[in-house]
Amino acid sequence: MIVNRKPLTFWERLYLPAIAGGLKVTLRHAWRTLFRGKVVTMEYPEQKWAVPTDYRGAPYLVKDQEGNTKCVSCQLCEFVCPPKAIRITPPGESGKLADRPNAEKMPEEFEINFLRCIYCGLCQEVCPEEAIFLLKDYSLTGQSREEMIYGKEKLLALGGTHGGIQKWKHKLEEAKAQDNFPVKI
Amino acid sequence: MNWYFIIFSAVKVAMVIGAVLTMVAYAVLAERKISAWIQDRVGPNRCAPPFAKYIPFVGTFLTRIGFFQPMADGLKSILKEDFTPAGVRKIYFWLAPALSVIPAILVVAVIPFGSQIGAQKMVIADLNVGILYTFGIVSLGVYGLVLAGYAANSKYPMFGGIRSSAQMISYEISMGMSVIPVLLIAGNLNLSRIIGWQAAHGWMVIYAPVSFIIFLTAAFAETNRLPFDLPEAETELVGGYHTEYSSMKFALFFLAEYTNMIASSGMMVTLFFGGWTLPFWGLDHSAGEFAGTQALLMGVAHILVFLVKMLVFMVLFIWVRWMFPRFRYDQLMDLGWRRFVPLALANILVTAIILWMKS
Repeated sequence: MIVNRKPLTFWERLYLPAIAGGLKVTLRHAWRTLFRGKVVTMEYPEQKWAVPTDYRGAPYLVKDQEGNTKCVSCQLCEFVCPPKAIRITPPGESGKLADRPNAEKMPEEFEINFLRCIYCGLCQEVCPEEAIFLLKDYSLTGQSREEMIYGKEKLLALGGTHGGIQKWKHKLEEAKAQDNFPVKI
Repeated sequence: MNWYFIIFSAVKVAMVIGAVLTMVAYAVLAERKISAWIQDRVGPNRCAPPFAKYIPFVGTFLTRIGFFQPMADGLKSILKEDFTPAGVRKIYFWLAPALSVIPAILVVAVIPFGSQIGAQKMVIADLNVGILYTFGIVSLGVYGLVLAGYAANSKYPMFGGIRSSAQMISYEISMGMSVIPVLLIAGNLNLSRIIGWQAAHGWMVIYAPVSFIIFLTAAFAETNRLPFDLPEAETELVGGYHTEYSSMKFALFFLAEYTNMIASSGMMVTLFFGGWTLPFWGLDHSAGEFAGTQALLMGVAHILVFLVKMLVFMVLFIWVRWMFPRFRYDQLMDLGWRRFVPLALANILVTAIILWMKS
């Protein structure tokens, strides 16, 4: 497509109308910013954006409504994690038992390296226990590399309590209910 | 040689350089603030020394307007690593920043920034060829940039240096010719006498408006400010002639640019807007015509008037920078040679004819 340019008139070629237009626009913006306080920027540490509900922030471990660790150390998240940011140390055969009845085990140690984490959300998606969630935190800083590897206690403290299914509690209830089941031999 | 003359000159030089450097520091702040306002932003508003919050009433306000920012900027320039790239031509590389700062500061010497305080004229050198001296020194400024471009031994600074030489030489011609009608009208080269003429007859901008427009445009080109910042041209030449410079050497180029702005603002005020005079409240009479305290007050008032007029031009310089896109190189040359040179020549001719008919 050929767009024919209109030749500029003498008045336009003097640059003067363009200069006046430029002065007007810039003055209008400066006036708005100065006297009406209309700025497009945000003064970050004091003001913050409202993070959308589906935002994928930092993955943290959560506790159930009774304060128990939900993670059962199945290591699915560790295996699925694309940048290998998660490292789980299972309790082992004679390790500590889970802090709630009927749950098989809980992690001895659970580390997320936030220098590696890419906030993809696969750990949250794969977790069968709803134990790990990408919460809204987006500004993680530290002064050393070691500081950016978050341990189990820290992750649990940051994650807080999370309502939701309590699979092993219900399993226990079911089992107890089955005690009264008339069994015929 | 009179000892009083030497001592008072030294004091004046120290005061003027101090004032100019302070103005440069705050011009950089003004640049950042005004650009922010024009672009709907806030600008620097955090920098504060620990004692800032103990300043009563205005402490927070000063921090918000970035009052302490220039100190941090200066400190940063001094403390940063002064990196010299491997391939540069070292002597010229070190020489170039000095060569661009020295002419910029020297120009300020002939500008009368006030009438009189006591018996001292408020100008460092009251030269009879003031305006010629200015043009002589201003044309030296280009060496700093060309040398910087050559010394860096890399392609973008080279482009910047070449562009600056072409641009500054072109616009110096129209700038020089634009002043000739002013000199014809005032009949003098001495800047103090030109101000005296304006105090008696009215501001020169009324008599020579075309001269003023050419001078203003050429001043933008001479100081490498947008829309004529081709030697720097961040978007196409990285940083132009000062690409390879860092730390204090880079700061010296910055200093030179802003000192040039101050000097050309001073020249415009002096040549076209009556210098330190105002046509009312008796401010158009030299402080020497008053006596006692009044003389002192008038002397100070004249300096303030000059500074305020200069600040208006500084703001114009900054304002224009955030308003216009850069000229293309051929447009720049076209404007300089095919518009302003003939216009300036015609301006000289018309002014001369009118003056001849009147006499």
